[in-house]
Amino acid sequence: MTRLVIRGARLLGADQADLLVEDGVITEVGSVSVPSDAEVLDADGLVALPGLVDLHVHLREPGREDAETIATGSAAAAAGGFTAVFAMANTSPVTDTAEAAERVLDLGRACGLTEVVPVGAVTKGLEGAELAELGLMARSRAKVRVFSDDGHCVHDARIMRRALEYIKPFGGVVSQHAQDPRLAGREACCHEGEVSGRLGLPGWPGIAEESIVARDVMLARHTGSRIHVAHVSTAGTVEVIRWAKAQGIDVTAEVTPHHLVLTTDLLLGYDPVYKVNPPLRPTEDVEALRAALADGTIDAVATDHAPHALHDKEHAFVDAAFGMLGLETALSVVSDVMVRTGLLDWADVARVMSTAPARIGGLAHQGRELAVGSPAHITLVDPDREVTVDAAASRSRSRNNPWHGRTLHGAVLATVHAGRVTHDVRNGAGTRRELTNATTSGADL
Amino acid sequence: MTKHLISSADLSRAEVEDILETAASMHDLQRREVKKVPTLRGRTVINFFFEDSTRTRSSFEIAGKWMSADTINLSAKGSSTSKGESLRDTAMTVDAMAVDALVIRHHASGACHQVAQWVRCSVINAGDGTHEHPTQALLDAYTLRTRLGDLDGKHVVIVGDLTHSRVFRSNVITLKTLGARVTVVAPPTLMPSGIGAWSAADGFATSWDLDPVLDGEGEHGPVDAVMMLRVQRERMSGGYFPTAREYTVGYGLTRDRLERLVARNDDVLVLHPGPMNRGLEIAPEAADSPQSVVLDQVSAGVAVRMAVLYHLLAGEDTPAPMPASATEGAVR
Repeated sequence: MTRLVIRGARLLGADQADLLVEDGVITEVGSVSVPSDAEVLDADGLVALPGLVDLHVHLREPGREDAETIATGSAAAAAGGFTAVFAMANTSPVTDTAEAAERVLDLGRACGLTEVVPVGAVTKGLEGAELAELGLMARSRAKVRVFSDDGHCVHDARIMRRALEYIKPFGGVVSQHAQDPRLAGREACCHEGEVSGRLGLPGWPGIAEESIVARDVMLARHTGSRIHVAHVSTAGTVEVIRWAKAQGIDVTAEVTPHHLVLTTDLLLGYDPVYKVNPPLRPTEDVEALRAALADGTIDAVATDHAPHALHDKEHAFVDAAFGMLGLETALSVVSDVMVRTGLLDWADVARVMSTAPARIGGLAHQGRELAVGSPAHITLVDPDREVTVDAAASRSRSRNNPWHGRTLHGAVLATVHAGRVTHDVRNGAGTRRELTNATTSGADL
Repeated sequence: MTKHLISSADLSRAEVEDILETAASMHDLQRREVKKVPTLRGRTVINFFFEDSTRTRSSFEIAGKWMSADTINLSAKGSSTSKGESLRDTAMTVDAMAVDALVIRHHASGACHQVAQWVRCSVINAGDGTHEHPTQALLDAYTLRTRLGDLDGKHVVIVGDLTHSRVFRSNVITLKTLGARVTVVAPPTLMPSGIGAWSAADGFATSWDLDPVLDGEGEHGPVDAVMMLRVQRERMSGGYFPTAREYTVGYGLTRDRLERLVARNDDVLVLHPGPMNRGLEIAPEAADSPQSVVLDQVSAGVAVRMAVLYHLLAGEDTPAPMPASATEGAVR
């Protein structure tokens, strides 16, 4: 039996307690007398959260292992406090079969740093034309429950309707990348507004997101099925979701850390590190998103971690790849802009970064209360730690980090995944680079 | 003077005026039999055109040659991604040849801005996507000043496809820098997004209706110059306007509109950056009228680009190309 004692952590930021973990399960909470064979993790004063769950990451394997692998992405996830991540289907080949989903599952398990949950494509090849083998993916060992064509919108209303109907028997959900391709085509690379007008960049108007979300919540009502809105970026979308929830429609939504902070004006220097889809929006939208996360209209924070090789970001702005890193900085950003401002407390953070995403994604063993009988997925946070982000120190294989050089308050100091410490920098006030070796040494990378 | 010319906003009023004064002396040179001056001997200027261009490219090339710089033209049509090379690699490759200036025309907005951060040489924006075209704005200002004198308080109306126009974006900056009053006119579909906040912040006027502006109604006031922008016929398929005929009726400088303009002010100027769609945004009668300065713009193009090369590239020890008169007091 392997034993781990986590000593003196403040559960959800409230009362201090010890946690005894035996064979990956929490077996005692309170004042624990340390068994002689137990590993002790001194967490005095740290906030203990249920392991974080990310509904939206891109791990690039298979296909673009030069940008990220399941191993490097898992290491970044563990460093960010995540014990489960949902790997989007837009790999090469696309995760649109049971075999492809099981392969992602197995690669994640072999790595063992975090639970890698494959997301299945809604349509074959993400082409938006024919349904992928949703049922076979659901029945596979990967037990796929979240389906998404992310990167592309399921824009054909008929396909969307059929997908929503078809996934009902197995409790699936469609995570929609809401972007009407007629209102915001492939060339749209920047929020449509004053900045895009001045810069002469093709705009991506908020209405291209809002009109799809409005349609989708009505389709969810019509089908009685479940819809999840990926990376909400506008105040208008928030209004639609708030209305839909008031109607009892089964809709959930996520917001990325970057859409909670970064704004359109960062594009004035044409730096492709800020090119992301959906685009960075103006301050009014950012404020509405924070408020919606605080009042529960938006259920979850998801990173949309999108690693890219350096050269894919060194093109002209319109030609550069969309996306930014997010796994390692997510908790720090949420701590900085939501907790320090009083919009959320740590119990709320547990809800939006663990409990709710686990529930939306259908992971019964994740996002559980820190109580006897729960699987030991635990994230330990120092709420007062200042972190100055260094892109070079990332565990990700990529460096497209928009937070580089920014100072954030609050940091993940240790992560426990299924009873095993997958990340621990409590004593490493040292650099993140040094930590890379510490966290990856046992990980068979 | 800055090292690069990426945006018209890089130039102060004094710098614009210096360049235009130098351009005036360069323009004199153009009328001589021997047009070459040794000013930039030993300097290398690469005209790197990622997009087709006739007048801008030839104008930069002639400007470089008359200044005795070694000028080389490179073209790379299509996006760099389609060639598999990043913009950064392309820029670094050229920069590694130790050139002095890179004149860039690129299909992507912001490309020159990005390249300037990677290379050691000077970068001159010869048009980036739908963003800016600062030397066009300088040559337009030169043309206007030649006829109108000081532009302080002069009213310039810019009409056409503003959304896709780099000429508009640079002109509105340079004209404001020189103290002119600017009104831009386009149908709502061809107005850039956010133009309301933008025009309020930068102090220019906007209108969806051309006639009240040309007639100087109300706050618009009298017109000193009208700049017609090219409208691409393919915009119709994007739903920007229904037909060419309808566009002309709403926004073309027709014969009738020209006559009304001239009746109010026969010194009014008609500009067009070219190439013109005769019969669409500008009637032939307007293009060929005594008020038209379209060819003056082309002619000024070479002189202005010589002046820009001089101000960006000439070192402290480089003698001014026209020692005596016009370049006196030129600031680098």
